[in-house]
Amino acid sequence: MDSRILLDHGGGGLLMAQLIREILVPILDNDVLRRLGDSAILQIDKGERLAFTTDSYVISPIFFPGGDIGRLAVSGTVNDLAMAGARPLALSLGLILEEGFPMEDFIKILESVRDTARETGVAVVTGDTKVVRKGEADNIFINTSGIGIVSPGIDTSGRRVAEGDVVIVSGPLGDHGAAVMTQREGLRMEGTLKSDVAPLWPLVERLLTLGEAVHFLRDPTRGGLASVLQELTCITGKSVELQDRDIPVRAEVQSICELLGLDPLYVACEGRFVAVVAQQQSQRALELLRGHPQGSEARIVGRILVDPPGVVLLRTAIGGTRLVQLPLGEQLPRIC
Amino acid sequence: MRFLEEFRDPETARGLLDSIRVMARGLPQVRLMEVCGTHTVSIFRYGIRDLLPENIRLISGPGCPVCVTPSVFLDQAICIAREPDVTLVSFGDMMRIPGSESSLEMERARGRDVRVVYSPLDALQIARENPSRLVVFLGVGFETTAPAVGVTLLRAKAEGIGNFLVLGAHKRIVPAMEALLKTEGFSLDGFICPPHVSAVIGSRPYQVLAESWNMPCVVTGFEPLDILQGIHMLLEQILAGEHKVQVQYRRAVPNGGNPAAMRVMEEVFQVKESLWRGLGKIAKSGLEIHEGFSHFDAMVRFQPQITEALDPPGCQCGDVLRGVLEPWNCKMFGTLCTPQRPLGPCMVSGEGTCAAHFKYGWKLLQKNKAGFKGGHRGQ
Repeated sequence: MDSRILLDHGGGGLLMAQLIREILVPILDNDVLRRLGDSAILQIDKGERLAFTTDSYVISPIFFPGGDIGRLAVSGTVNDLAMAGARPLALSLGLILEEGFPMEDFIKILESVRDTARETGVAVVTGDTKVVRKGEADNIFINTSGIGIVSPGIDTSGRRVAEGDVVIVSGPLGDHGAAVMTQREGLRMEGTLKSDVAPLWPLVERLLTLGEAVHFLRDPTRGGLASVLQELTCITGKSVELQDRDIPVRAEVQSICELLGLDPLYVACEGRFVAVVAQQQSQRALELLRGHPQGSEARIVGRILVDPPGVVLLRTAIGGTRLVQLPLGEQLPRIC
Repeated sequence: MRFLEEFRDPETARGLLDSIRVMARGLPQVRLMEVCGTHTVSIFRYGIRDLLPENIRLISGPGCPVCVTPSVFLDQAICIAREPDVTLVSFGDMMRIPGSESSLEMERARGRDVRVVYSPLDALQIARENPSRLVVFLGVGFETTAPAVGVTLLRAKAEGIGNFLVLGAHKRIVPAMEALLKTEGFSLDGFICPPHVSAVIGSRPYQVLAESWNMPCVVTGFEPLDILQGIHMLLEQILAGEHKVQVQYRRAVPNGGNPAAMRVMEEVFQVKESLWRGLGKIAKSGLEIHEGFSHFDAMVRFQPQITEALDPPGCQCGDVLRGVLEPWNCKMFGTLCTPQRPLGPCMVSGEGTCAAHFKYGWKLLQKNKAGFKGGHRGQ
């Protein structure tokens, strides 16, 4: 079997991790890239550091319940900066448009970009536009890059994670992935479910008032909570013990997952984050998060262990135990 | 979400487990087999194996439709996907199964028109919208999916759609369960029968297992409390020396099944011998597209010249499917055979026994610690 790029290589799972770690990083190798954070952290003077990130958005459909590709493109990059503990400063906007794309939709998406950027207090300061022939892109692809400033003392990379730390999620999981799935061709459902897509800096800014007690931040996008926690165990060599009963998942999301044979732990969010916080500050962290509308449903879902090393364990609702592994690629709906 | 929470209640689970422990004290080693892949995943997802007493052993049987679909079918599907003007349409979980030298996922990456749908009716819609292409749907699954494919063929016939075909590999579960019981050296004390299949065929077809093979059978739902109650009912039968068919999953399974669905199956399919990956040929275990629908049969239309495909040498999936080998005792498990590069059927599907062990197997991790050389990480 010859080797080719598969859709699974972009699915946020094991194949994507291998593509990045075994092919991309060795070729482009440098100290900053090797850390594989959501943003690159660049030292600019002795105190503050610059965070720099980029992301491309190729979602279908481009309009979905609760958002659109424009809101997603701004939120995603703002969130990558926020996860590095960085206050967003400025964004770029790269647009690849397919010939024939309706002007009306283009304007709607740009207005959404503007409104979402304003929500965060960040501006789009540079950009690029290309048009390709019909069939060479799917309506519209967007790339956004962003820069931000990390205050002294902040380190959300996971290096400070210690035994006994608590794992917090900022809200219910899987709303974005489930809302998009319901809109896709072949799955026509009705309901009130909306994507959680939102810029997270305002919420993260509150949490970061805890300073050095915040040990790790990551947003569970492709691959969901399971992928984020797997990454955490890889970075730290420590383990995570999750309590199934504490993991917030909306009833609608649970239903869609049950129907399709998917696991909510692997479904994407675009407006939630996972934080690891020192145990002594855990209640204060919850208070801070719950005091903001975006974090009103924040929950402690687990804790950090050192034995056994490097695994994610889940204590099930009925008292059993199982592993939570990295997904292979995209989750595929089952036959029956 | 009341309807789900009720079936995952920790207090009720504890009560059932306590009762199972009391019953198990009076029993020797008991082997119960679940023959549905979704059961297997549920059992691992909720850590049920670990919660049972040592002498109550759950064995995973051949109930994952992806796992039991032979390589030759994949090779035939890939052969057809390579034909000009063909759009191949499949359920998602067929995409990664390895054939002899490719997979549907790889064929899509090579530029073939391979699409994933959630329903065979969606495949028919693709045919309506693309009259210049031949749309071939992979009809895979047990009696669960066969009626939906049957309805789709009836609709295609009624509408006179000439560019829609089905490559069929439907299977019947009861003949496979009986074939297992006929296997020399195979021993079992009860079947946890599959709920989705039973919603279509009802509980009566399992009578042959209860009566001819003295085998307790309980049709059981997928939720953790369903499974615990199913096990409880089987142990009650075993303790009483009974062997009958019971339905735990009353909320979805009438004894007589779904007559409308069965009528569709009888009209569109005919019973025949079928080849099972890992188990070989089993009489009356397949559903072939009826001659009256042969113009919708992709085998008839394309006649792919592939009749044999060999499973990888050393593959012990047949033993795993019969419950005589635990996955971690297979010499390829976790090393040569992983979900990323599956060699055998049990590792292929997300609902396969080996895949479930690999993905969720906490016990396996403990065995690793004690010196097992398989390994979950760093593959």
